[in-house]
Amino acid sequence: MIQVQNLTKRYGSHLAVDNLSFQVNEGEILGFLGPNGAGKSTTMNILTGYLSSSEGTVTINGHDILEEPNEAKSSIGYLPEQPPLYLDMTVREYLDFVFDLKKCTFNRKKHLAEICRLMKIEHVYNRLIKNLSKGYRQRVGFAQALIGNPPVLVLDEPTVGLDPNQIIEIRTLIKNLGKHHTVILSSHILQEIEAVCDRIIIINDGKIVADDTAAALSEKYSSDRRLMARIAGDEKRITDILTHLNGVADVVCYGEKEEGVFEYALEPQDGVDFRRTLFTALAKEGYPLLGLRSMEMSLEEIFISLTREQLPAVTHKGGKSK
Amino acid sequence: MSAVFKREFKTYFTSPIGYIVLAMIYGLSGYYFFMYNLASGYADLSYVFSSVLSFLMLLVLPVLTMRLMSDDKRQKTDQALLTAPVSLTGIVLGKFFAAVLLFTIGIAIMLVFAFIIATQVTPAWLVIFGNFIGLLLLGSMIIAIGLLISCLTESQFVAALGTFLASFALLMIDSVGELLSSSKLATTIADFLSISSRYNNFTSGLMQYDDIIFFVSMTALFLFLTVRVLDRKRWN
Repeated sequence: MIQVQNLTKRYGSHLAVDNLSFQVNEGEILGFLGPNGAGKSTTMNILTGYLSSSEGTVTINGHDILEEPNEAKSSIGYLPEQPPLYLDMTVREYLDFVFDLKKCTFNRKKHLAEICRLMKIEHVYNRLIKNLSKGYRQRVGFAQALIGNPPVLVLDEPTVGLDPNQIIEIRTLIKNLGKHHTVILSSHILQEIEAVCDRIIIINDGKIVADDTAAALSEKYSSDRRLMARIAGDEKRITDILTHLNGVADVVCYGEKEEGVFEYALEPQDGVDFRRTLFTALAKEGYPLLGLRSMEMSLEEIFISLTREQLPAVTHKGGKSK
Repeated sequence: MSAVFKREFKTYFTSPIGYIVLAMIYGLSGYYFFMYNLASGYADLSYVFSSVLSFLMLLVLPVLTMRLMSDDKRQKTDQALLTAPVSLTGIVLGKFFAAVLLFTIGIAIMLVFAFIIATQVTPAWLVIFGNFIGLLLLGSMIIAIGLLISCLTESQFVAALGTFLASFALLMIDSVGELLSSSKLATTIADFLSISSRYNNFTSGLMQYDDIIFFVSMTALFLFLTVRVLDRKRWN
């Protein structure tokens, strides 16, 4: 549905987007994740034809954004970071205008009513946009993107400025829209991306640093697949059992976490799953296994580890795992 | 184009600009019409036209065009325009014609004056139409210039000031040409660019092809430049 090839954007000598290539398939919800200034908005502005790229091509629905701009643009609904609203118009006038601007051929009344119902802006329909709250403005901006029912939706930080209830509403809405639309969504809120998106692209300093599903990312970047085990009983004895367990490469005791209960970090030998043997071995010796969890990195940790390099070195606090 | 045109034209009347501009034109030209024609029983409308000319160029047209492009950039609504399936030319022309239409409604008061005169005596229709067409063509050209200037800034005030200076320069070309009369080149350039000599042909009822073509092509040139500037901004 969307093909991006070797996309590069220079502002003078500053490289805002550096040789990005990716594609988005039909019906996919792609999350665009990155710290502020990573090049998310620039990329989205190029995808939608607002900016032109310095190099590279963007193809939307089979139409090159520079060669056939009108065909490509009519396949996209775009909600920029700041919704492009004419404050001196009422919601009705504004949506009417966008309807005309996009040369929509649907039944105007029905189509707009449907969108307003979806965005829950019916009751502000006749109010001036400048008198609306940030949340409502955001919804009107969203409504504008939906006009014409474009197959591709590009949403730049769609939940910014909304209250928690509205955020949940919008996320549900995006998920529902994702059933019939291809959606690209940018955000620096990790939970949002994790909750909504099928696939995640992490972008930093204009470059793609990761491109996968949340689960796969977590798998890939958990450099050590350590297990944390809580076991009640004598520390020395248990360490001894664990060390001699088949498939365990290394054991580190993290100390007493509860009365008589110690926590151990177990490093497996390549790809060995020793959870069953661990359980049997401990049961045989009569030491109860109170907890076992894998140390997979959360998306947040992956994000930080992937995007932190560029920042000035933070003094490392030797934080122990709780 | 029609969506942009409709919106821009409507916006003149959701903000005070449209009313102020029309009130200024009607008030001032009405005053001159009363003084020159009604009070002194004179049938020639040319005086009214020439009296309001510099007022229109220096004040009305800058105010009319200042918001056109700059406000879209300031409010970021250009993101809606430029990502919609509309060409840049369509956007620019929509805005241009909205301003031209308002300007035409403004100066149409002159035709009303002409009909008032016509109730008493047959006016010199050719001179009146010449004046009207000349003013419309000159106004359209300055609107195109104003559109270009409005495209270069986010500030309405700077846009208005820029268009004012451009209009001022157009009014001054003749005297600058006279000042530099020793240089043949300068005189030639000044003669070519001279608005007043071409405009004066219209005011005497002389509608010549080359004058019409001059104004129309200048207008087209500035509209073209506006489109280029808009396009250029996407590449930087």
